[in-house]
Amino acid sequence: MIATQFLILAAALFALGVYGLLVRRNAVLVLLSVELMLAAVNINLVVFEAMWRTSEAIGQVFAIFVITVAAAEVGIGLAIILMIFRNRQSANVDELDLMRW
Amino acid sequence: MTHSFLFAAEEIAHAGDGGWWADTAGIMLVSPFVAFLAILAFGKRLRYNGAEFAIGALAINTLWALVLFFMNMTEGVLREPFTFKVGDIGSGLVFELGWAVDGLSIMMYLLVNLVGLLVFIYAVGYMEGDRRVPWFFAAFSLFAGSMLLLVGAPNLIQLIIGWEGVGLASYLLIGFYWEDHENVNAGNKAFMVNKLADVGLLLGAVLVGVALGTFDFAALNTAATEGHAGLSAVAIAGGALLFFGAMGKSAQFPFHIWLPDAMAGPTPVSALMHAATMVTAGIYLMARTFPLYQQMATDLRPWMVAIGTITLFAMGLLALVADDIKKVLAYSTVSQLGYMMTAVAAGGYTAGLFHLFTHAFFKALLFLGAGSVIHAVHSNNMSDMGGLRKYMPRTYATFVIGALALAGIFPLSGFWSKDEILATLGHEGYTAVMWIAIAGAFVTAFYMTRAVALTFHGTYKGHGHPHESPAVMTVPLIALAIPSVLAGLLNIPGVEWPGIGNFTEWLAVRVVPMGDHHAEAIDFFLAGVGTLAAVAGIVLGWLIFAPDRDTQQERDRFEVPVLYPLFRRKYYMDDLAMGISRFTMGPFARFVNWTNTYIIDGIVNGVGGVVYHLARFIYGGVDQRGIDGIVNGLSAVADAAGSGLRKLQTGRVQQYAASFVMGAIVLVIVFVLVR
Repeated sequence: MIATQFLILAAALFALGVYGLLVRRNAVLVLLSVELMLAAVNINLVVFEAMWRTSEAIGQVFAIFVITVAAAEVGIGLAIILMIFRNRQSANVDELDLMRW
Repeated sequence: MTHSFLFAAEEIAHAGDGGWWADTAGIMLVSPFVAFLAILAFGKRLRYNGAEFAIGALAINTLWALVLFFMNMTEGVLREPFTFKVGDIGSGLVFELGWAVDGLSIMMYLLVNLVGLLVFIYAVGYMEGDRRVPWFFAAFSLFAGSMLLLVGAPNLIQLIIGWEGVGLASYLLIGFYWEDHENVNAGNKAFMVNKLADVGLLLGAVLVGVALGTFDFAALNTAATEGHAGLSAVAIAGGALLFFGAMGKSAQFPFHIWLPDAMAGPTPVSALMHAATMVTAGIYLMARTFPLYQQMATDLRPWMVAIGTITLFAMGLLALVADDIKKVLAYSTVSQLGYMMTAVAAGGYTAGLFHLFTHAFFKALLFLGAGSVIHAVHSNNMSDMGGLRKYMPRTYATFVIGALALAGIFPLSGFWSKDEILATLGHEGYTAVMWIAIAGAFVTAFYMTRAVALTFHGTYKGHGHPHESPAVMTVPLIALAIPSVLAGLLNIPGVEWPGIGNFTEWLAVRVVPMGDHHAEAIDFFLAGVGTLAAVAGIVLGWLIFAPDRDTQQERDRFEVPVLYPLFRRKYYMDDLAMGISRFTMGPFARFVNWTNTYIIDGIVNGVGGVVYHLARFIYGGVDQRGIDGIVNGLSAVADAAGSGLRKLQTGRVQQYAASFVMGAIVLVIVFVLVR
């Protein structure tokens, strides 16, 4: 089975997302990294469905759910980032420490 | 004697029962107490500081007393006393409260209520703007109420309750201006002298009550008349003890010492105390239990007469040297009480009470007149007065009427009552006493003339501009002047007023006939001698005191060597009393003081010290260090933990994400390894 290549791709993509999440300072790019991680998960879901072929196609259905939730999340996330940028002329996550003790 | 018995019995035979008015006479005993409580509760908020209640209560009472008095005049009012049983004392004795309705109590009801009412009205003017006026009227109501409880008593127990109530109220009123220590002392003195005598009353009541099986006056008097064996065994001792009590309240020698000091109270108090309440209580007790002395304890009577005689003469002399106008009147009262006591003791039931009756009016008048003068001059001393007749014509006129009545000038009331006492003394064989009493009449006239001359004649020596008192004060004076003039006519020997008879008959309406002597006609010799003595006193007094002298010594003192200092020091009776109490009570008091200082205080201080140190240990050791330590320690731990941990919350999202990823990696490793 060629699933292994797809899983390696997904793992690489996920690792790329984690890296971006942790090191990028621009909030938009952090959000993009999260999207990368979600895409990696989606690949996994589709691959496993292709492998086991459940009668209800659970993998695909979940993938659709994740895409939907990701779309909503990006919408809200971009709106928040936009507002922060307007208020502070910056979208740098390092400078956003309002929620601390 | 036989004649008198018949006379009294006949009188009682057609006495009425007083009907509804007698049934409800108890209202008189209750209303002043209601007024007392009402004044305490609401007095401060009212325009006249609660005098409304006091006057209202006595006005109602006066209505009842007048109706009963007129009924008694026309038909006689005599009923079984109305009693309510309060409880059992034991040995068959019961404690009852109620009210008596007979000639004697009706006369006293009228006297207390009528004189009380006028004095209360007067007091509204006199006390205007004074301190604690609501309290004054409250205590005054208590005073009148206690006296009514006393004179309405159907038995000895209630009499003692009223008696003590009068003592208490007088203590409160004498010490009314308690800011001055002297007044407090006067109150204490009155209270303690009375209390000493009260022991006699209490013991006498117990002795008589136990011997008789009841405290009822009617039963006591019936037993005395019928020769009850048990009572006759204790008659002398019981009679002497009751008389001992009466001596205290009625200020008989040597218990008179409290009364002049009692002048420390406001003048209306003196007026009521000396006229109708308090000092008449002793005379009233003697009259109430008259058959006991008349029929049984006859051996006591010469001694009682002797004490009364000493009182009437020796105390009258003291009035000669007093500078305080109220003290002149106070000694005069003591002297007149001596007359009453002498008369009652000698067997003159009617004579003594008649003098009590007339004296109440003119002595109240004199005191209120003196109060009016004091109100204007702001001093009690006659050396600050003089010439006031020009400034205070109404006070002057009424005061002179009172003085003439007291001196016994025909036809004022004092003449008739004093004459009756003299006649009784003569008839009962106390000839020497009778002559002393006549000499006393001379002294009375003398000191009253002196008082009038120094106060109202000559030139004014005081400060400021004296003025006539307001109508609220002068109207009671005029109202009292009327009976002071006319009351004597009620009991002219041998005169029966159409339809109403005379005072003697009204007083004879008792369960048991009193069996005292009544003169059938005026004894012109005695009346003449008495009047002569009085006129001589007035003339002499006028000659000495009317000329206006320049210096106070000249004007105010007619000093006779030996006698003057003796009188000024009141025969050294006060010093004697102080000496006796110092030698008897002194060591005891010192012992008690020592015990108090060293033993009781030691115990108290010791216990206090132990408690103090225990408390300090508990506070410092247990509470501050132990309990507070735990509480503070716990909070300090929480505080430190919180300030340490809060540093984790940096607010940097990527740090959280890193921790999150690290946690996920750890979990993955754990899952892989544990597999």
